[in-house]
Order: sequence, then C-alpha cells, then structure tokens
Amino acid sequence: MTEPLISVRNLTVRFRTDEGLVTAVDRASFDISAGEILGLVGESGSGKSVTAKSLMQLNGDNAVYDDESRITLRTGDEVVEVLSLKRPKDMMVIRGGAISMIFQEPMASFAPAITIGDQMVEQLQLHSAMSKKRAEEISIEMLNRVGISDASKRFRQYAFEFSGGMRQRAMIAMALSTKPKLLIADEPTTALDVTIQAQVIDLMKDLVDEFQMAILFITHDLGVIAQTADRVAVMYLGELVETGSVRQVIGEPAHPYTNGLLNALPTIDDIYAPLIPVPGDIPSPLDRPSGCVFHTRCGQVIAGTCESEVPAATQLDDGHVCYCFATAAGQAGQKAL
Amino acid sequence: MKNGNHVSVQDLSVHYPLGRSLFGEPPVVRAVDGVSLEIPRGSFFGLVGESGSGKTTLGRAILKAAPITHGHVAYSDEDVDYDVPVLSKAELKDYRKRAQLIFQDPYAALSPRMTVRDIIAEPLEVMRLTASREETDERVREIAAKCRLNLEHLRRFPHAFSGGQRQRISIARALVCRPKFVVADESVAALDVSIQADILNLLKSLQEELDLTFLFISHDLGVVAHICDHVAVMYLGSIVESAPSQELFANPKHPYTQALLSAIPSLDPDDTGKAQRLEGEIPSPLNPPKGCKFNTRCPAAMDDCRKIEPALEDVGEETHVACLRWKELAGR
Repeated sequence: MTEPLISVRNLTVRFRTDEGLVTAVDRASFDISAGEILGLVGESGSGKSVTAKSLMQLNGDNAVYDDESRITLRTGDEVVEVLSLKRPKDMMVIRGGAISMIFQEPMASFAPAITIGDQMVEQLQLHSAMSKKRAEEISIEMLNRVGISDASKRFRQYAFEFSGGMRQRAMIAMALSTKPKLLIADEPTTALDVTIQAQVIDLMKDLVDEFQMAILFITHDLGVIAQTADRVAVMYLGELVETGSVRQVIGEPAHPYTNGLLNALPTIDDIYAPLIPVPGDIPSPLDRPSGCVFHTRCGQVIAGTCESEVPAATQLDDGHVCYCFATAAGQAGQKAL
Repeated sequence: MKNGNHVSVQDLSVHYPLGRSLFGEPPVVRAVDGVSLEIPRGSFFGLVGESGSGKTTLGRAILKAAPITHGHVAYSDEDVDYDVPVLSKAELKDYRKRAQLIFQDPYAALSPRMTVRDIIAEPLEVMRLTASREETDERVREIAAKCRLNLEHLRRFPHAFSGGQRQRISIARALVCRPKFVVADESVAALDVSIQADILNLLKSLQEELDLTFLFISHDLGVVAHICDHVAVMYLGSIVESAPSQELFANPKHPYTQALLSAIPSLDPDDTGKAQRLEGEIPSPLNPPKGCKFNTRCPAAMDDCRKIEPALEDVGEETHVACLRWKELAGR
C-alpha cells in the first residue's frame, strides 16, 4: 500500500486567550491519500476549520500546537513536517503550493479592487517562474475548465461582477491552477443555493478524477458529505468521534453523536419521520466536559465510566473506527455471543 | 371572518425602482410579481425558493413591512377583517399586534445591552398592551415558560446564551403580544442540525397550543417537508407551484420543483440526482426572461414557453401549477 499523502497524528491545537488556554482540537489523527475525498463533519465550534487551517499553519499567532502533534506531507520524494516549518518562506511550499484552500464566502476571499485575472496571475507567478503571458493562458484555461463561459472576458472583471456560484467556481479555478496535491474546501457550498451547490459538487468530483488530487471537504451538511466524500470523519468539540467510509458512517453509524445528527436531520425521503433533536447545547470549549466530551448530551451514558474516562478507539469493520464506551461494550457483547 | 382563509393575497407585486432616469421609466426590480396565495387558518404554510426569488419580500409585504406596488392582501381573524395595503394608522397598530415576524439570525436580532426579560417585554411596552409592570412580568414569564426558557435566565443578557436558546428568546418576543399570524423568515437557517430539530418541534407545538398560523419561509426543502402542511415554490418573484406538502414532495409537477428536489444532496451515496441537474443560475429580477421566467434553465422549454407567461392553474387537490407543459411532463 502506498503511503498516504498527508498524515495527521495526535493533532492538539490550543489558543491562548484572555480567559486562559482554550482547546480547539484534541488528539485528532487521520490520513488522506491521493485522489481521495475525506469529509470532515461537525457542528459549529467543533474544530473543523482549526484542524484544516493547521495543515497549512494558518491559525493565528495565539495558536499552540502540542509537542506530540505531527502533520506529515508526502509530495513525490519529499517529506515535509508541516508543524516544524517556521519561516514564511519555507511555508510557501505548502501554502498554495502543495496545499490550496477554498473558503465558504467567496466574496470575502477575493480582493474587491483587483481583477479576478490579476489575482490568479499573481499567485501563479509567486509559485513558479513563468511569464505573465503564460500565467494568463493557464488562468483562462482553468476558468474555462470550471465552466465559466466567456472566460477571457471574465478574466478582466472584478469579483462583484460575478454571481455567487461563479465566484466559487473562480475560487476553485484559482486554487487548482497551481496544481496542488491537496485541496482544503471549507464549507465551499454552504453559501450557495441547492441547484448551484449541486453544480459545484459535480465539478469538484470531476476535478478530483482529472487532477488526481486529494480533498479535505469540511461541511456541517451530512447530505453533501454523502454525495462527495469517500471517507468521513465526524468531529465533536475538537475530537474525532467516528471515522470510516461514507457508507459505514452514514449507513451504519456507530457513535451516539453520529446517530443523533442523522436523527435530527430533516430529509425529504420520509417527511413524516419525527425529528429527534440531540438534547442540550454544545458545551463551551472553555468548559470541556471530563471523560468522553459527548457524555453531557449522550443518551447511552454508562454511569461511572463516560464521565471520567476518555474512550479509546474501537475498531468495528475494516477502517471503521468509533470512540465510544457504549459502542465498545455493544461490540464486546456481540463477540461473546 | 369572510372565509376560512386567514391571509389572502391577490395579484401582489412589489417593485423597486432603481434610481431615476431622465428619459422614460427608470429600471424596475420586480422582487414580487403578481403573486396570489391563500393561507388557511391554522396552517403551517411553507414558502421556498432560492436566494433572490422574492420569498422574504413577499413575507414582508404581507406584514406591510415592504412597499406594495399593487395587488391585495386581506387579513381576517375572528375579530377583524383588514385590507392590508390601505390600513389606517390605528388599524396598522392593531395589525402589528396580530401579525408578527421571527427573524433569521438570533445573534443579530437581540440587543446585547438588554436583559432577556426586557427583550421579551419590549413589544408589550411599546404597544402599551399591559397596565402594570406586574402584568408585563406575568406575560413575559408565561410566554418564556411556553418557549421552554429557564425563568431564572430572564435577568441575564443574550451573550450568555447559545444559538438555540437565543432563537427561543426571539420566538418568545414575537409571541408575547399574542399574535394570530406569524411569519418565520429562515428561522432555523443559522442553527446547527442538532438544535434546529428542537426549534422546529417547538414551533410546531406552539402552533397547536396557541392556535397560530405560520408562514414559514425557508430555502431548506428538508425542513419545509417536515414542518409545513402546504408549500408554495417561488422563482424570480412568482409562484410556480403550490401544493399540500405530501403531494409536492411525492409528486412535484413543475420542472423547477422537480429540479429543486433532485438537487438536494441525498444521504444515499448512490443517489446522485444527476439526471435533473439545472444549468446556469437564476436570472436577474431587473431583466426577467420573457414568457415563462424559468424558460432559460428549464430542460423542457419549447418555443411557446419563451412567449407565453403561464398562469397559476388549479389542477385539483389544492394544487396549483404555472407551467404550459405540466400535463405532458407528468405523463412521462
């Protein structure tokens, strides 16, 4: 088996704030292979974006990474330890080089007073020694590829002249023009209407096939995950609670939180099914529950265990991992039978 | 009350002129263009559409919070019958009490400098609906309990609350003056899934308990499917289809509704819904397409669709469709 493109091990990110050290991500470990889409799901405040930004060291200056944390990127023959990069110059290798990122709100990601074309050319020239003319050609070709009609005219326009869906396409074109190995997409379709969202999802899937890159796809929408991802990681309060293939996690969810999310989700397949909310609210990251972080809202709490001990990984099927005492107990019971 | 309908909208338009032009008429944004709909009493009426389809403007026009260019909005309950576009000042004051709005973003809708008690009490005080402070407090406690707010929290400020709790405060404020009709504009869009279900269940139980009629505006068809009993689909300022939820989701007739439903990402990875992908984007309401407004993106458009604007046609079983070809398309 080939080595994964990027390996994250025991990633712990804390932020120094006036109220003390806040843990945003706690011992998260996952791999992404080339050509694979990993979906990272979680509610707001679960640490999805901080995890993604860590891969490019884009978190603010007040971020502290644990000594145990490792992010290893393998591009061809080169192996880069992302967290040991210190100088901005060194980080150019990853930022926009091996890894590109697209964000939720494309209007906020483009400079308003510079044409889309100039912004695309600028980043291409930053990353490789190419002539302006060549950079323009590549940019227009990419705009064409993502389905922007009349690309050479659009190239000279500003972000405000684009519609929301077109801006997100241009963002994708820009992120892919440097041929990154990994694309981080942070809620790329959340601000879009469903019909446009469907177009953008199709486009991203086509591009994975064409460029053989990997995507870390962050979203709170389980439907979007089911339609895009190969594998899924579910995050709650900074911890990964369940990982596996999309069919395993969405088809046979093991963790009570994943189950809760699916039961609370209104779908159009069965409009009379009752919506069952996950009780309570997400606790403040300043006041993280002890033991299993989900025990304050969980319906399957094992008294005396979940409040005090941190659950270890339970291996279910091939590649399906869940961090839960109740699931572990259930599985042990099944084996005993 | 004249008939069983609580709110009856006839040929309603909201047009916004853009600036002034020296020669001829200035360009006009047709945010809502000739909409008719009937909201029966006690219903949970859903209004869906993509951004820019005019659903918020329609909701606000019904509340007389957007300028009505022409058309009628009739409101009636057991006490009053109002012709909304021509309300007198006194009538408008009374109408504000009877028809209320719940906003989308519970973070922006609550003043950070007022306590929860003051936020909920404000409508009562502004409209002078209570005689004494004791009565105000009593009304606040009553509605707060109904909205499942912890009464000990009334003295706190909104920053101490999570999104779900804030939305419950917004709902309590909208309901404290005992309205009959409530417009909920994207009221769960800003919430996480696990919390969203809780607020939807709350709205539904409040509707039964307080005998409310809801106009529920949302872009999320899944949410609408679960909470609404009748749904109207808007596109570029017009209603293209209106039907009982069960019928609309099981048997969509308008090509736009069909495309919208198939664009919802399914939880089944094998069901991509790709067959009905819509091309392009919603056109500008400044310059809507001639004929059927959907013809530029419609997979079934033919020559007539580019010339004739289809009217909303009664096709039976409380269903209305505005499409020239719905019958042939249904037979496919």
